[in-house]
Amino acid sequence: MDILLRVIVGGVVVSAFATIADMLKPKSFAGLFGAAPSVALASVILAVREHGASYTSIEARFMILGAAAFFIYASVASRLMFHRKWPALPVTGLALLLWLGTALGLWFSFHRLMS
Amino acid sequence: MKIEVNIAALKRTKRQEYLVRFIFGGAVTAVAGIIAQHYGPEIGGLFLAAPAIFPAAATLLEKHEENKARTHSGRQLRARELAGVDAAGAAMGSIGLVAFAVVVWQLVPRYSLAIVLPAATSAWFAVSVAMWLARKMVWRSVRARIRKRSHPPFTASQFSGHKQSHP
Repeated sequence: MDILLRVIVGGVVVSAFATIADMLKPKSFAGLFGAAPSVALASVILAVREHGASYTSIEARFMILGAAAFFIYASVASRLMFHRKWPALPVTGLALLLWLGTALGLWFSFHRLMS
Repeated sequence: MKIEVNIAALKRTKRQEYLVRFIFGGAVTAVAGIIAQHYGPEIGGLFLAAPAIFPAAATLLEKHEENKARTHSGRQLRARELAGVDAAGAAMGSIGLVAFAVVVWQLVPRYSLAIVLPAATSAWFAVSVAMWLARKMVWRSVRARIRKRSHPPFTASQFSGHKQSHP
């Protein structure tokens, strides 16, 4: 039931931001909505309801690292598609590994710095 | 460049494309929740900034641009360039995501979601637009500098030399 609720709330919020992006021009501006806090909005609502504010606060703190990894992900994808003319699906799909590696690397570095 | 809102552009998106976005978005949100349950809020938090539907959105954009005018040569390359421009915008939006996260981190223990979420979303939008404008200004000045270097303005001596060569 909880997962179904997540799918519905997440799907609605993500679709709403994607629809706004469809209507906007120029494309570089519409691209801002590719990094809209859609998953975060849905997740924060559900996390506060299920686990409380302090749990959600910890999630948001580590979201900063995920967002930094997103910046690297999108910058690399942009270079490969714009300058090298590589197709979108393999670039954006494979670069997800780069996002995951960067996010986990930053998380690991954060803990090393703190200990 | 002016920002335009074109509602007619929505007609280009097919029903199954809306469905793909809904399923992708829902799936990523569910996966983020499952990861948070298994590995705790720290790892779960990383996934709140996961590029949720970015691969699907970039691929759809590329496909739309390719379909727009099949007769034009190099349309495929232009479509990839546009997907690249879209990704550059997403990079600016990701800086806004940092602002969103900071606002939620600081405000959620003290205020209700009715205050926190609008504040965080406004912070995301304001920072993203500011970064987009700043990037545009930097690019404009870089381009102007390159143009100046490749086509330097006539100096007085160049101008007189030019006159001498054409009696």
